[in-house]
Amino acid sequence: MCGISGLLELKGCAAERAVLQSMIARVGHRGPDGSGIYVDGPLGLAHARLSIIDLATGDQPMHNEDRSLTVTFNGEIFNYLEIRKELEALGHRFATTSDTEVILHAYEEKGPECVHDFNGQWSFAIWDARKNELFISRDRLGVRPLFYKMHEGTFLFASEIKSIFAYPGVPRRLDIRAIDQVLTFWFTLPPRTIFEGISELPPGHSMKVSRGEVKVWRYWQPTYPTEFAPMNEEACAGRLLELLVDATRLRLRADVPVGAYLSGGLDSAVTTSLIKNFTQAPLKTFSVGFDQPEFDEREFQQQVVRYLDTRHQSVQCGTADIGQIFPDVVWHAEKPIIRTAPAPMYMLAKLVRENGYKVVLTGEGADEVLGGYDIFKEAKVRRFWGRNPQSRVRPLLLAKLYPYMHNLQKQSPAYLQAFFHVRPEDLSSPFFSHLPRWELTAKSKLFYSPRMRAELGEYDACDELRQMLPPEFSSWPAFCQAQYLETAFLLPGYILSSQGDRMAMAHGIEGRYPFLDYRVVEFAATIPPRMKMKGLNEKFVLKKAIGNRIPESIRQRPKQPYRAPDADSVLRADGSEPAYVREMLAERNIEKAGIFNARAVDGLVQKTRRGQTIGVKDNMAVVGILSTQLISDQFVNNFRRLETDG
Amino acid sequence: MADIEPQIRAFIVENFLFGEDSADLTPESSFLESGIIDSTGVLELVGYIEKTYNIKIRDEEIVPENLDSIRRLAKFIQSKPLLLAK
Repeated sequence: MCGISGLLELKGCAAERAVLQSMIARVGHRGPDGSGIYVDGPLGLAHARLSIIDLATGDQPMHNEDRSLTVTFNGEIFNYLEIRKELEALGHRFATTSDTEVILHAYEEKGPECVHDFNGQWSFAIWDARKNELFISRDRLGVRPLFYKMHEGTFLFASEIKSIFAYPGVPRRLDIRAIDQVLTFWFTLPPRTIFEGISELPPGHSMKVSRGEVKVWRYWQPTYPTEFAPMNEEACAGRLLELLVDATRLRLRADVPVGAYLSGGLDSAVTTSLIKNFTQAPLKTFSVGFDQPEFDEREFQQQVVRYLDTRHQSVQCGTADIGQIFPDVVWHAEKPIIRTAPAPMYMLAKLVRENGYKVVLTGEGADEVLGGYDIFKEAKVRRFWGRNPQSRVRPLLLAKLYPYMHNLQKQSPAYLQAFFHVRPEDLSSPFFSHLPRWELTAKSKLFYSPRMRAELGEYDACDELRQMLPPEFSSWPAFCQAQYLETAFLLPGYILSSQGDRMAMAHGIEGRYPFLDYRVVEFAATIPPRMKMKGLNEKFVLKKAIGNRIPESIRQRPKQPYRAPDADSVLRADGSEPAYVREMLAERNIEKAGIFNARAVDGLVQKTRRGQTIGVKDNMAVVGILSTQLISDQFVNNFRRLETDG
Repeated sequence: MADIEPQIRAFIVENFLFGEDSADLTPESSFLESGIIDSTGVLELVGYIEKTYNIKIRDEEIVPENLDSIRRLAKFIQSKPLLLAK
């Protein structure tokens, strides 16, 4: 819930309320139910509220009894009732029934270490007036966002970057290395963001601003055993179910009704089933359907609806709809995206809001923590083959990969082998699992302008990522290395942000993720890889745990990744696409941004318009280039004015 | 047939390099190794060859040995003289 922002003047001047007002207005969509500002000399905290817990007395910024601590908080501490009991036993007295106040008292009791007790999704800032210290923390997995900047003696922070840009004089420039990262990995490597000089507090990190100094430290990260203890399948599935039930129970704590997303896949069927089977909560489900059968999963959504008897509502996403809303999607995502998949999520959040709901449970995180992604399967097959490259039988498994990618399925065995070819040196790469995806994404760099190429020089995004890997990374099994890359980077950098928090919060909707309860994540990390993916059967232990509580057809259904129409949603054969597309991709605008080569982009546009079959590579290039151009236009050249800006 | 290699090269530059002609693209350059062609690209290439040279490529002929460089493609097309004569 909510949007936060704040500042600390370090040059001795006082914080200005009007500036805070302007900053928090930029994230008003995150908290449409009210806003609050607190100023104490050089310190200013602001809050836009989405009321979910303690509707009557939960306003923020909130103080402790003697007003020595003040907090502005975005998110939820799901186990706040349990922590509150412990704190009360230690003598703490509470004035409200909110989880916000629990943060204050927990901080009084334990200082920065208090975050270890929290089970939740948060970004918050606490001002300690006695010590003149600002403490900021972000949840373990990076569900809630937090950005900051030191600007000419002023420390600024906010839930979204646009709020920091509302502070007078903050420069708005693109970081070309960050663009290069998105066009390699799909995400930026924190603390780097797409904007030069703006930092992201990474997931599982806290920071302190004290006496003009900024200190950032890690308090948690995903980790895996080097060797796995033997585990009984039944017992493992039983423990997983127990944790998921409790994670769901905690995530239904709210003073407003809670809904659930249904995609038609396993994970959201599991979360919906957990609500249905293990809680008394009334259940309403929401989903998105597509015009194009290739992407549409309504048939499977309906199977779950019928089986679990939910009240259900769905929104129809037309290919043209995506093109229409794309500028808003990019405005909220605040970074280039190379797939349009966030756009339907934006429409879905709108549907939820129109139905009077503010909170939804979803299945995000299951693929990362329990081994569901195709990339794990692909890596397993490639490694198996790579160990015996002469084998004629092993590469036959390649045909089992990506059954939904028709162009790939049409390939001869010889070409399949060529596409998934394992170079001998790849086998020892820490990025073995991800090299094909990243190399494919990086094809978009073909469109770089000569200036961009010159400025990037020898820069290699993979080198930067390599420096960020924990020392124990190399001792983990290959499957866990791939899981780490997905959990530590893609999940917060794309799934939970561009496709998650930003799309939901654009409409004031809060997502909650039972699979990302840290107890589930930590337990799942100890499950042997062979039980996560049994043979090529992904999320095996989850399927076993949920049993017949979901339809068998969903349990047995091959993984269907969530996708949406890409290039054809923004470019049309007859040139009838929205005017902004032509504008953004026009030669003068491409040259103004300086990132891409206008002639090459025109070639891509013409090819797409001709309606020729274009593949993953060209689709990613179209969406990546258009979204980068939109970022440049909306944030650098024509930073959107708010109606309240006057 | 001497024209085949430049024609193929022009098609590759226009459709896969988007006009960005590169000296690195020699008649012997492997499309796979240089990352020019992905799975859709193979199908595009086959479609272009069939249409332009009026030949039919059988499934078992869609292998890198026949299609993975400008020269290999030219040779492959030349190996189908009867159809070309149509």
